[in-house]
Amino acid sequence: MLKKLSSGPYWLWSFIFIVVPIMLIIAFSFSVPGEAFKFSLDNYKRFMEPVYLKVLARSVKIAVEATLICLAVGYPMAMILARMHLKYRTIAVMLLVVPMWMNFLLRTYAWMTILNKNGILNHILSFFGLPQMTFLYSEGAVLLGMVYNFLPFMVLPIYTVLTKMDNSLIEAAEDLGANRRTVFRKVTFPLSLPGVLSGVSMVFMPAVSTFVISDLLYGGQYMLVGNLIQQQFLVVNDWHFGSAISMLLMVMILITMSIMNRLGQDGVEQGGGNIW
Amino acid sequence: MKKKWLIGVLLMVLVMSVSGCKKDDQVVLNVYNWGDYIDESIFDTFEEETGIKVNYETYATNEEMYTKIKNGGSNYDIAIPSDYMIEKMIKEDMLEPLNMDSIPNFANIDDQFKDLAFDPQNKYSIPYFWGTVGIIYNTDLIEEEIDSWDALWNPKYAGMFTMVDSQRDSIMVALKKLGYSMNTKSVAELEEAKALLIEQKPLVLAYVGDNVKDMLISGEAAMAVVWSGEASTVIQEYDNFKYALPKEGSNKWFDNIVIPKGSEHVAEAHQFIDFLCRGDIGFLNADYVGYATCNTETMELLDPALMGTTYAYPDKALLENFEVFLDPGDFISEYDRVWTEIKAN
Amino acid sequence: MVMKWIKRIYAGLIFIFLYAPIAVLVVFSFNDAKSTAKWEGFTFKWYRTLLENDYIMKSLYYTILIAVIASLLATVIGTFAAFGIHYAKQWRQKLIMNINSIPILNPDIVTGISLMTLFLWMGLERGFITMLLAHMTFCIPYVILSVLPKMKQMPADVLEAAMDLGATPWMAFKKVILPEISPGIISGALIAFTLSIDDFVISFFTAGNGVTNLSIAIYSMARRGIKPEINALSTLMFITILILLIAINKRTSNIEEL
Repeated sequence: MLKKLSSGPYWLWSFIFIVVPIMLIIAFSFSVPGEAFKFSLDNYKRFMEPVYLKVLARSVKIAVEATLICLAVGYPMAMILARMHLKYRTIAVMLLVVPMWMNFLLRTYAWMTILNKNGILNHILSFFGLPQMTFLYSEGAVLLGMVYNFLPFMVLPIYTVLTKMDNSLIEAAEDLGANRRTVFRKVTFPLSLPGVLSGVSMVFMPAVSTFVISDLLYGGQYMLVGNLIQQQFLVVNDWHFGSAISMLLMVMILITMSIMNRLGQDGVEQGGGNIW
Repeated sequence: MKKKWLIGVLLMVLVMSVSGCKKDDQVVLNVYNWGDYIDESIFDTFEEETGIKVNYETYATNEEMYTKIKNGGSNYDIAIPSDYMIEKMIKEDMLEPLNMDSIPNFANIDDQFKDLAFDPQNKYSIPYFWGTVGIIYNTDLIEEEIDSWDALWNPKYAGMFTMVDSQRDSIMVALKKLGYSMNTKSVAELEEAKALLIEQKPLVLAYVGDNVKDMLISGEAAMAVVWSGEASTVIQEYDNFKYALPKEGSNKWFDNIVIPKGSEHVAEAHQFIDFLCRGDIGFLNADYVGYATCNTETMELLDPALMGTTYAYPDKALLENFEVFLDPGDFISEYDRVWTEIKAN
Repeated sequence: MVMKWIKRIYAGLIFIFLYAPIAVLVVFSFNDAKSTAKWEGFTFKWYRTLLENDYIMKSLYYTILIAVIASLLATVIGTFAAFGIHYAKQWRQKLIMNINSIPILNPDIVTGISLMTLFLWMGLERGFITMLLAHMTFCIPYVILSVLPKMKQMPADVLEAAMDLGATPWMAFKKVILPEISPGIISGALIAFTLSIDDFVISFFTAGNGVTNLSIAIYSMARRGIKPEINALSTLMFITILILLIAINKRTSNIEEL
């Protein structure tokens, strides 16, 4: 009973506040501007032009890179947090999120102050007699900005899974003569996969559609799919094309994620032996 | 234990939120304005004089404001859109006609800012601030005198300047350089502008949406396409900057006060507009914002040194080729296509 | 031993990375110039003008109010939802998880505009309630994503076992499940709070009638340059949070010692 009841409110909630609005977006995406609703595939056809596909490809590429870096940097951090003494653990986790409570724009501008030509980082470099470098307005700067803003969303879910992970399993593996690396590869990592998948979703999905970071740190040199959608809704006032782009983006990512999820589940069920 | 504490906090917060938005008989005027574009202390003065309270909200672009007002659900009594947006809103019947009898201070507005093409006879709007788009440059880093858009195509300045991250403003620069109207509806002219902007792209340090002032002050950029008001704030604080009005012409813009349809306090909104048109109030705003006022009485109160500067009250002769943006209607999708193609490259 | 130091240095580097921009913010809140580009001398004046700025103070009030209520409610709804989803049939599970991804996946502008239209249909006037509902809508999915991995980690039959031993379902949930998944709930709540406090686009399109938040205030002033008062405000917020954290930590560690 409780099992069924407990998700009831959310079914209702998600119907009203997620499904209905998305229906609206779908309706927009399959119609063209005009008085009455007229079914049309024009918006989707239009997106197949090379110029738009290029924008999409670039956005996906940057999001994938940012997600991988977040994972590589965040996983060890999650492990360190999870094995910390209980006394410090909560505060350490809190300290991880607190910077994100300051406004995003302020933090990004602060990064620009650090990275710019006469910025803090270059002052430090020249203090040590090193040559000045250009950091801003490069893909590196964008990745830095994305990792900075999304890292906690990768660390937190992995950390929660790693705490209270069954230590006896790890000990058993060690007793059986497995070295640290094998233990990690065959036991710890596969067991933490649900957390990793949550983290990847929470980083990759928003990263694909974000564009403010690249506007600021890449100097708006390139258009990302988020810009494109924003422009359709606000500047051109063509909600139809904007809706179509975001629907395509969504369907594409949902399919990718469900494939990943399946791989992930298989991994867990088989003890992670095969796919990794 | 823990849960009781949680419920307690929740209740407290709910009570706070209810009491926070309690209503009484006082008339409240919803004012919708660009961020940081008014001296907020005048709201208190207005309330003292008339008993009308001001509820203040802000937006960052004309389009954001338009989308919100267009879709109803909130009743703004005052908004301050720019020229082309006013034209669009008039076309779409989104503005309340003004009754000049209730705005005697309209007489303070300089005649050259009245009766403009986007709102003939000022049926719907009253000028607030005006300005131009031009080039600001750091005289320590750029020695020659800049007077033309050509500087932004000069390889000598590669990686030293910024463009505006907005389709119409950037395309305007290219169109003007080519000698075309910035309100062109010719695809061929747009294509030419596109080629020019693609050619320029490797030279551009960044396309900036905001915060351009910091980039100039820190020395990251030596030159930038900016709104005159931004130039004015930078130049008044740092004397190694100059503002140039390109001889090919550029954008001359106006931000006017309007009353959106759906306002529940039209009479009080008129009162507020009249208040804004008062010389002393106009002075407070002009002094705070740093943009050029359209009000003759305010102009008399301002520092005479400002008169004749390129960034505040330029010589009329310099503005000969300047134009005001018009609403392109559906043709905006062509601008969008061109911009996407420039940015996707 | 070496391992321990490597760990410490690694964690230290991460924290330096996370706090570097915050340090810049704090330092420049004392800068005697309108811009954060150049150091022009020390001043306290932005703190004084901050307190006089009604608009910023009003925005701060609504920002915190909405973030607290939205993250609390989202955590409650999300936790129960995750529990139900975990025990649901597979196709239902898949369906709701896909629906759940929509708000995470959608660009903010799409969520914002579609919710704005929805509220219009519902006849809700834009204001506090609409903004709260919108914030809950984009927070709940993250809570679910945080709690669900913890549910998966539990032994499959733990609920049945507890109920076999005579616990009512509610008791079993409270005494067996809740402690197990609490790290997930806490991190879910943290993420929800973080997202809510920092949201701009969705708030912009769902707020109105005098209700506004800090992000809206900050983004709309960005074109003219962010006022130094905002740096001062961030510094104050940051210090308050630090003090709270230290106090809470001290209390909990005292309890442990008993």
